Amino acid sequence: MNLSVNLPGLNLKNPVMPASGCFAFGKEFAQFYDLSTLGAVIMKAATKERRFGNGTPRVAETASGMLNAIGLQNPGVESIISDEIPFLKNHHLPIIANVAGSTVEEYVEVAEKISPHVDAIELNISCPNVKEGGVQFGTDPVLAKEVTRHVVEVSHVPVYVKLSPNVTDVVEMALAAEDAGASGISMINTLTGMRIDPKTRKPVIANGTGGLSGAAIKPISIRMIHQVYQAVSIPIIGMGGIETAEDVLEYLLAGASAVAIGSANFKNPFICKEIIEELPAVLARYGFSNIMQAIGGAHVEKVETPVLRS
Amino acid sequence: MKNERMIIVRHEKLARDTHLLMLEGDLARDIADPGQFVHVKIDGFYLRRPISIADYDPLNDTVTLIYKVMGNGTKALTRFQIGENLDVLGPGGQGFPTSQIHSEHVLIIGGGIGVPPLYSTAKKLKENGVAITSILGFRSREDAFLVDEFRALGEVHVTTEDGSLGRSGRVTDALPDVKDNYQHYLSCGPTVMLKAVADLLPDKEGYLSMEERMGCGIGACFACVVESKDEKGYKRICCDGPVFKAGEVVLA
Repeated sequence: MNLSVNLPGLNLKNPVMPASGCFAFGKEFAQFYDLSTLGAVIMKAATKERRFGNGTPRVAETASGMLNAIGLQNPGVESIISDEIPFLKNHHLPIIANVAGSTVEEYVEVAEKISPHVDAIELNISCPNVKEGGVQFGTDPVLAKEVTRHVVEVSHVPVYVKLSPNVTDVVEMALAAEDAGASGISMINTLTGMRIDPKTRKPVIANGTGGLSGAAIKPISIRMIHQVYQAVSIPIIGMGGIETAEDVLEYLLAGASAVAIGSANFKNPFICKEIIEELPAVLARYGFSNIMQAIGGAHVEKVETPVLRS
Repeated sequence: MKNERMIIVRHEKLARDTHLLMLEGDLARDIADPGQFVHVKIDGFYLRRPISIADYDPLNDTVTLIYKVMGNGTKALTRFQIGENLDVLGPGGQGFPTSQIHSEHVLIIGGGIGVPPLYSTAKKLKENGVAITSILGFRSREDAFLVDEFRALGEVHVTTEDGSLGRSGRVTDALPDVKDNYQHYLSCGPTVMLKAVADLLPDKEGYLSMEERMGCGIGACFACVVESKDEKGYKRICCDGPVFKAGEVVLA
């Protein structure tokens, strides 16, 4: 079955890619499988200067998920361009750079520098784990619009804005991104959460709060994509708690054109490859003969089939 | 590193909340150095649990883990029976470089659940003709394990916080009891203990094995990062460690 999807800047042979921050820059996973199997790769966030990140513990387990507060640790945009991107280029797959910052100027500078080396930018206005910037741009539509507009202006490649679920009205945020010239939306980032250790009476995570990811957040993401799909005309890369090929189909039906897999890579380093292999059979099982028929299928049916339906 | 379903061939309680788990599988042949760890998946729990390798036998394809019940995940692990299998990822990280430790006498300092990875390390060094002296620290007598096994390798000093076994106090309190004729020390335990040990032995060459909550366990998620003194500024405990040269990382 043909799994290819063409999105702005991204000719994907399949719609599955690892999510930012859950795959570093690919090297660690290359020992497990050939990275060219992937539809694309979304790199760990880049900031202008290198960042050490937060104190430890940085992760904590939750029911059907996990909290993390890594704090955008990365070697800085220059080092990512010279030391990390060449390795990924050898695998001949579309590369998406996740761009973060604490000011509009920083976002612009990082995007300007990194965009000539990649196929698309994922504008990270939704990281909940840094003190400055990050999610403040992702929770205020005026700020979101401003930073997106400036980044789109300087970027050499299409810009996908990564939305935060920590908002009252995600559609408003998606519309702001679309208005500002974004070529696509990626959603969702993690939900802010906390765990407290009864023994110490303090939060488990050194940062206090952390971002909740994993299977626990999938229904929230599906709901938000279902809403945003109806409001915007740009494509959506969907993410949040994907662990199986059926989960991918659910995302496609909600309106995602492609998906990213995050925390599940930590449990099973082979997860992206396994889901790509299983996806054709799952699509066929539910009556689809190609992937395009499934995208947005919960809104407008593109294929009529009695398979598995009563 | 491989991902394998390993068969449980032994599973028994060693001390309070402390269990020995022997697993059989091909992974045993991939272990490069003692002090590496495996990342164990327990059904119903989202993240894997990193557990240090206490002993391994590549000829019989066995890996022995000694783990402590720290929460619900490790509690669930205690219920696994001989003959059942476990999803194991590993071996992970850099262990103690025993082939590079050219020393006549090595001091081993282990605290609590930091003791297990030092066992196969001490065994390996002993095989290489190195004399072993060990200081093993536990909370109390009920928590002590592997003491006899270490005695079979050389001199052992035990400390307990309540004085119920050996000397009362911490591992560092036993340092004056040890004859100062060792060239290297190898230590594993809580970071505060590692710091105390390293601060007291500034003139010896040491290797420290660190523990931290981990995400992926393969170096991709940056959950288990420690500050380092090199230009890069950090080390990932799961893949650059867990064993570091004393002085290589900042023990906060």
